[in-house]
Amino acid sequence: MTVASLTRRWAAIPRIPGALILFWLLLAVIGPLLAPFAPGEVVSRTVFAPISAHHILGTDYLGRDVLTRLLCGTSSTVLLCAAATLLACTGGVFLGMIAALKQGVTDTLLSRFMDGVISIPSLLSALVAVAAFGSSVPVLVLAMSLIYMPGSYRTSRMLALSVARRDFVLAARMRGEKAGYIVLREILPNMTGPVMADVGLRFIYSVRLLSNLSFLGVGLQPPMTDLGSLTRENLLGLVYGAPAVIAPALTIAVLTVGLNLALDSNRREPG
Amino acid sequence: MRAQSGIIQPPSLISVKNLRLTGRRGRGPETPIVENVSFDVAEKEMLALIGESGSGKTSIALALTGYARRGCRIAGGHIHVAGYDVTAMPPAELRAFRGKTIAYIAQNAGAAFNPALPLMDQVIEPALLHHTMPRRMAIERAISLFELMALPSPGTIGSRYPHELSGGQIQRLMAATALITGPEVVIFDEPTTALDVTTQIEVLEAFRTVRREEGFTGVYVTHDLAVVAQMADRAVVLKNGVVQEEGTTEQILSAPRHSYTQALLAANTPRIRNNVTETKDTGKDVPALDVRDLVVGYGGTGRDGRPRHTILSDVSLPVLPGETMGIIGESGCGKSTLIRAIAGIQPWTNGGITFEGEPLAPRIEARSAAQRRHLQLVAQNADLVLNPAMSVGDTLRRVLTFNGDAATDVEIGHLLDMVRLPVALADRFPPELSGGQKQRVNLARALAARPRLVLCDEITAALDTVVAAAILDLMMELKRELGIAWLFVTHDLHALRSVCDRVAVLYAGHRVEFTPVAALETPPHHPYTRRLENSVPEMRADWLSDVIGQRDQACDMAPAMPSSRGNGCCYVSRCPVREAVCEISVPPVRRSPDGALISCHLTIQDLSRSTAPGDQS
Amino acid sequence: MTMNAALIRAILRIIGASLVSLVFVTIAVFFITAVLPGDVADALLGQAATPDAVAALRHSLNLDKPVLVRFVIWVNGLLHGDFGVSLISRRPVLAMASERLIHSLLLAGVTALFAVPVALVLGTASAIFRNTLFDRAVSLLTLCVVSVPEFLVATLAVFIFSVQLHLLPSLASISDIHSIGSFLASFSMPVTTLACVIVGQMSRMTRAVMIDALGSSWVEMAVLKGASPAHIILRHVIPNVIAPLFNVIALSLSYLLGGVVIVESVFHYPGIASLMVDSVAARDIPLVQICALIFCAAYLFLTTLADIVALLSSQRRHAA
Repeated sequence: MTVASLTRRWAAIPRIPGALILFWLLLAVIGPLLAPFAPGEVVSRTVFAPISAHHILGTDYLGRDVLTRLLCGTSSTVLLCAAATLLACTGGVFLGMIAALKQGVTDTLLSRFMDGVISIPSLLSALVAVAAFGSSVPVLVLAMSLIYMPGSYRTSRMLALSVARRDFVLAARMRGEKAGYIVLREILPNMTGPVMADVGLRFIYSVRLLSNLSFLGVGLQPPMTDLGSLTRENLLGLVYGAPAVIAPALTIAVLTVGLNLALDSNRREPG
Repeated sequence: MRAQSGIIQPPSLISVKNLRLTGRRGRGPETPIVENVSFDVAEKEMLALIGESGSGKTSIALALTGYARRGCRIAGGHIHVAGYDVTAMPPAELRAFRGKTIAYIAQNAGAAFNPALPLMDQVIEPALLHHTMPRRMAIERAISLFELMALPSPGTIGSRYPHELSGGQIQRLMAATALITGPEVVIFDEPTTALDVTTQIEVLEAFRTVRREEGFTGVYVTHDLAVVAQMADRAVVLKNGVVQEEGTTEQILSAPRHSYTQALLAANTPRIRNNVTETKDTGKDVPALDVRDLVVGYGGTGRDGRPRHTILSDVSLPVLPGETMGIIGESGCGKSTLIRAIAGIQPWTNGGITFEGEPLAPRIEARSAAQRRHLQLVAQNADLVLNPAMSVGDTLRRVLTFNGDAATDVEIGHLLDMVRLPVALADRFPPELSGGQKQRVNLARALAARPRLVLCDEITAALDTVVAAAILDLMMELKRELGIAWLFVTHDLHALRSVCDRVAVLYAGHRVEFTPVAALETPPHHPYTRRLENSVPEMRADWLSDVIGQRDQACDMAPAMPSSRGNGCCYVSRCPVREAVCEISVPPVRRSPDGALISCHLTIQDLSRSTAPGDQS
Repeated sequence: MTMNAALIRAILRIIGASLVSLVFVTIAVFFITAVLPGDVADALLGQAATPDAVAALRHSLNLDKPVLVRFVIWVNGLLHGDFGVSLISRRPVLAMASERLIHSLLLAGVTALFAVPVALVLGTASAIFRNTLFDRAVSLLTLCVVSVPEFLVATLAVFIFSVQLHLLPSLASISDIHSIGSFLASFSMPVTTLACVIVGQMSRMTRAVMIDALGSSWVEMAVLKGASPAHIILRHVIPNVIAPLFNVIALSLSYLLGGVVIVESVFHYPGIASLMVDSVAARDIPLVQICALIFCAAYLFLTTLADIVALLSSQRRHAA
């Protein structure tokens, strides 16, 4: 592979959405290290304290430092969802490619199974899974990755099918190329952009799902915390307009809306 | 009718002064489409706007109606049409002007009709919108226009939907829509480009008839100089949005002044590129490729062991080493199916193919490495054939390494040189190349495998005339240099004549004639070959009248492609010289003195005689 | 005709596929909930349970039998209309679920009544005034609504209408509805929230459908005939977009089901979704099972409807 091919493949990845995801991942990793207090530590006697020099985002319903908890919550939301998305999309793309290239029975069986999974609303599947296995990090990540795998599968199967139908893949087949070469050099490079955009979308979906679950109280359990449960536990602060509730809610909004806006502008103006 | 007081009557009906059109893609910068274009059209005159893709001819045509597509706008200049200042009219006045004073006939009428409404509603819509006549009268006028344009069952065709009609019919219905209000100006935007040549004649004749009867002023947009010769009084030649030359049709076609017009004319003029090597089909040579009684079909096999629906019926085609074999026919005749079967991507049910004496397996996967290597396919659409994520150099390098050849930069440079491309192109990617460049890379990739036979499937169909001519030149140079055989599939008789040694004519899946190219010039020929020959527009102004004068109207009304069921001749429904026997039995293959094999019940003598005078060019 | 026969076959295939999906869902719901780690009987009776009591309860719940046997018993019950009893209240789950279902249907129905017309008009207007300030504003707003989790929309609605403006009560309750006024008051918050979410989804899809139609050659042709925008929309565009729009509506209503879960919980609305969330928290398995089944059946019904409509419209376009 020449340098030109490599740079071209990089260029296919949506730039602004990619940078945004990198920023959030970075924040998730180093954020908790920057936290001024320990996440569970009660540091103030006033609850729902407003913004002050000592507590930049005030205190929560127990008098804990909101900034600290927000950094930890953001970290767990982003990392959990990133892990789930990675699992979902790796599995989805892999199975989607297999279905598109093998066709026949493999394709039918896989597609039927994925249709079955997708025919349950995502929140409902998550609720059933939590009811059965309890709410723990592995259960949540696995459930979310299973829930979003069919979407990724469908997208990559369609993409792979449309690329595989193009004449240059036919030309490679007529030359007698092996399946591995065709997938890696002819098909995958032409799917990179759309697949990456799809990964971004699945990430947004999983943030929504996890936050919804935690808000309902069946997501991440204390002492762990995420953005949804932070909003839930401080909901009473809404009456006072406390930063304890506004900050996590705003963070979710900035995370999801920002990424979706970036993906949207990318869709409208490809390249 | 246009006695609007206060408006100064310009000397001509259409007057365009210093027109400037701009467009932008997405949020990109605004770029000019058309720059400083001026021309006039006198009353009752037909002006041709000639240009290739990207010349801005359609944008100018639309601008005459005050319309610009999304992202485009009329950025400067003046357009006066029939006393109206088009650039200065507010939207309401523009609406009253469009469809009533000026009408538009689109290139793809099939898409320009609303699929959810019956045709008659859409044909009379302009008359109702502009209140030029009540509904009943509009329907009557529409039916009389249908009759004028020789549409089948004019009384009831209006109750049908767009998808139920053929391309040629729907294009004539679009003309009726344009004329329903009796507009002063009619714009024809490449109205016959998407049609087969034999259908094109009927549509062109319909246009000429209505123009004679209705007497409108016209603007005819096209890239085809031979069509211009039939339709237009004067012509404007455009390139990249700038006028190159303007003059009477006769002057432009016989004595072009501008170098671009000359190049265009040269590309359009039939020319023999091939110094035909006298092919001696003595039967002694082993053919490079031998297709024998090939049957391709679908829908399962019937009791006779043949498919229920056939696409190809018993087609035989021997290709000698080093020769160029042409296959010609209209869309749907099975020529692409044939080439796909040879390429190993279309299974067949009966018959067989041998390549250099060895039988070819139907599936490409079952063929030997040598067969795959020595038989290369160059497909029509180079956009789809080149991997957009792989550089030109990598594309070629892969073919070389795959076949165990040295994949050095020198070798890649040599391949690019062979197709007359600069070596620097090796680092570029297909989306950065022009259409002609892509097709050259496509050829280079086939050549990189050092083939013995190259299958070319309409490789010039998607290209502009000048670019296509250059590709044909290249093909012939390569033929001389490399001595490989070519199988060249096309619908363009000019291209076929200029490069081929022998020609197979396909109709409805049957090979109706198989002839040395030299024999094409003189009779005898199969009636369909003759019709095909006569349908290719020529650059003399009286060509259309001549051809129409010879034709049998009853044959034109017949369905274009009959089903291949039945025992008679496949061409019987459209044949002007058919006899009773043609309906019931398969025609024998006859050999003419100059080597043509013709499938027809008529004898060689009859076939020679039935050639009408004036046929030979 | 053969074409109609083919069409009916295709529709039957879609219905068959969704029935298969329903069976799949039923099996999945049972087995996921049946392989619970820890014993429900233990959990129910608490610390003070005697071994005998636990054994008796296990027996009465059939928990002492193998999973497959329990599955057969359960399916047999389903086929005879016996969906089991709640582990906690001991009432038949079918009765519990069906009285809550009516409330949920009411909520969803009222929401759809509001949301569908608003979304269609908004989406169509955005398509017509494409790339104007109006379109950009609508696009941004709907993008925000569809991006954030539903509870955020609900929270924001509570914050604005209850906390800031004191216009509406934040908690919905069906029981104390005595007048139209109180009905509207208790209903308005969940309906508003739900409608926001649905309008966001639906207007974006409507816009895409309309832009597709407005970009067609036949619309350009109508412009060149001198037709007015109103004439083009009413005469040319509408007949072509009815089928795809129905598909949009059916799909959006299936999204509504997800929103219902959140909205009912946030506003303590006594619908089937909040029943399910409560039963998940309490691990009341028979109740979870029936709620999940009802939801999936509703969802499958709507997506199947959408598929059939999409098929019919593509059939027409293929014919064209």
